[in-house]
Amino acid sequence: MGTLAEEILSARLGRAVAAGETVVVPVDVVMSHDTTTALVAEGLAELGRAVAHPERGVVVFDHITPAATVAAAAQQQRAREFVSHQGIPHLLTDGISHQVLPEHGLVAPGDVVVGADSHTVTLGAFGAFATGMGSTDVAVAYATGESWLRVPATLAIQLEGRFPSGVGAKDLILEVVRRVGSDGARYQAVEYVGPAAAALPIGDRMTLCNMAVEMGGKAGLFAADRLTTQWLEGRGSRPPRVARARAPEYLRVETFQLDRLEPMVAISPRVDAGRPVRELVGLPVDQVFIGTCTNGRLSDLAAAAVLLAGRRVAVRTVAVPASREVYLAALRAGYLETLVQAGVSVESPGCGPCLGRHKGVLGPGERAVTTMSRNFRGRMGDPSSEIYLASPETAAASALSGRLADPRGLV
Amino acid sequence: MARAWRFGDFVNTDQIIPGRYNVTTSSAELGRACFIEHRPEYAAQVRPGDLIVAGEDFGCGSSREHAVIAILASGVTAVLAPSFARIFYRNAINRGLAVLESPGAGAVQEGSEIELDVARGRVIDHTANREIVARPLPLFAQRIARHGGVLELVRVHGSLNGVCLPACGSAPDGPVPLSPGRMP
Repeated sequence: MGTLAEEILSARLGRAVAAGETVVVPVDVVMSHDTTTALVAEGLAELGRAVAHPERGVVVFDHITPAATVAAAAQQQRAREFVSHQGIPHLLTDGISHQVLPEHGLVAPGDVVVGADSHTVTLGAFGAFATGMGSTDVAVAYATGESWLRVPATLAIQLEGRFPSGVGAKDLILEVVRRVGSDGARYQAVEYVGPAAAALPIGDRMTLCNMAVEMGGKAGLFAADRLTTQWLEGRGSRPPRVARARAPEYLRVETFQLDRLEPMVAISPRVDAGRPVRELVGLPVDQVFIGTCTNGRLSDLAAAAVLLAGRRVAVRTVAVPASREVYLAALRAGYLETLVQAGVSVESPGCGPCLGRHKGVLGPGERAVTTMSRNFRGRMGDPSSEIYLASPETAAASALSGRLADPRGLV
Repeated sequence: MARAWRFGDFVNTDQIIPGRYNVTTSSAELGRACFIEHRPEYAAQVRPGDLIVAGEDFGCGSSREHAVIAILASGVTAVLAPSFARIFYRNAINRGLAVLESPGAGAVQEGSEIELDVARGRVIDHTANREIVARPLPLFAQRIARHGGVLELVRVHGSLNGVCLPACGSAPDGPVPLSPGRMP
């Protein structure tokens, strides 16, 4: 009996555990990336241990790839040495970790996943208990095949109704974060429930789980179902260890009516400073960025392409597919051609300018509308620059005028 | 005596160490870049043993452990705040940075002289002449802190079982020493 988080952890441990217990749990997938692997390797070396289960390890190059600086290149050399020395079979260089792990079938429902990246929570979209940790915790997970954690209490997000036209999962999560607050789910699992949640496609589920960490959450979770199985089919993932909530006791339940939502934007520098776009229409924008683990999937690029087809962007606009698979699919569907013809810079898959290191860094005082998950001061460049978070539709609409725009008039 | 560096609510890891500066594992480099944009004078003026006193949800945002390394390398060995973000809190415990949850942290003024006894959870604000209550570390964190970090705990016990077994919830088995902090 328990929440989805309790059920997944109980199934993995072979005994019933409840919120508040500290447990040592076997880990099915351990992930680190180009910026965190070097520290992980140092932790393991300090421990004097090797990776216990190399086949469970995944190292992904996504943060600064291809390397933009000598320092980044050197870090990647160290990460490659680690992978080769430890015999880790998975070195992925074809996109953002949270996108390519499921694409390569490396995540299955019921898994416990530990990643040296805070947005590892994205993988909860597949019914896995996935959480972000620091490099030392990840080093321990590599060395022992286990991790310690406190079984989290759960905030349930009950979803009802259907999205109006021009409104989607990103608008919903910006509203959820606004209402819950940037620390309102600290140490908690965020479980999306209700008939409207079950109807959401995997991409939307990933967007919703991805931003659980922006409320302080330890995990974002959807129960695995037929859509999950279909998405993972043919990708060689392990058999699912399917768990569902049974008579769950949630810490609290917050209900959201999708019909009542409208396009949202989170104002720099707070993720929970969400406001309806219509209140800020006309705000000048210097750059638009569509991509990231939050919104760099095919459906996101498609939404942008629909709005930009046959038009020209008025400000510099960068689009970064989340993975090579997404890139190729968008290429074949004609979306990339549409974007390029509209004047968009389409960059190679990865985290792109989300970390302010390459492919669209902001100058002093500049303002960006982006589909990212974080708008912290200076994240994309100069400390005086501003980041406004929005949906791909709002970002594309804003690119057309160079001002924050409500996409509903354009769809 | 530690001197307090005051920070506000929701200090995130991008502010502690911007992403552009964490392409290294050198603690010296990370220490020099600590708060480099958020508070540019910090790295040059902070003294060994100083204390960070912050508001709610300190360390929110990315999982970068570079943030904890940067703070330790800057000479600060403890952070006092009403609440901490989850991953930062783990990273701090794992590396031996003392993180003390204290609802009264907000009353501490910039530059105050603070006496800190991590083991007893005692914090004395000598400038304001009052004691501030800090919550003792949770048991699992105490077990890790007693080893000076999680790596040493794993080395001693051979596994993570030392965090939790025989059973979490039992009484702590000794005082927690001030941990020296672990540097790469």
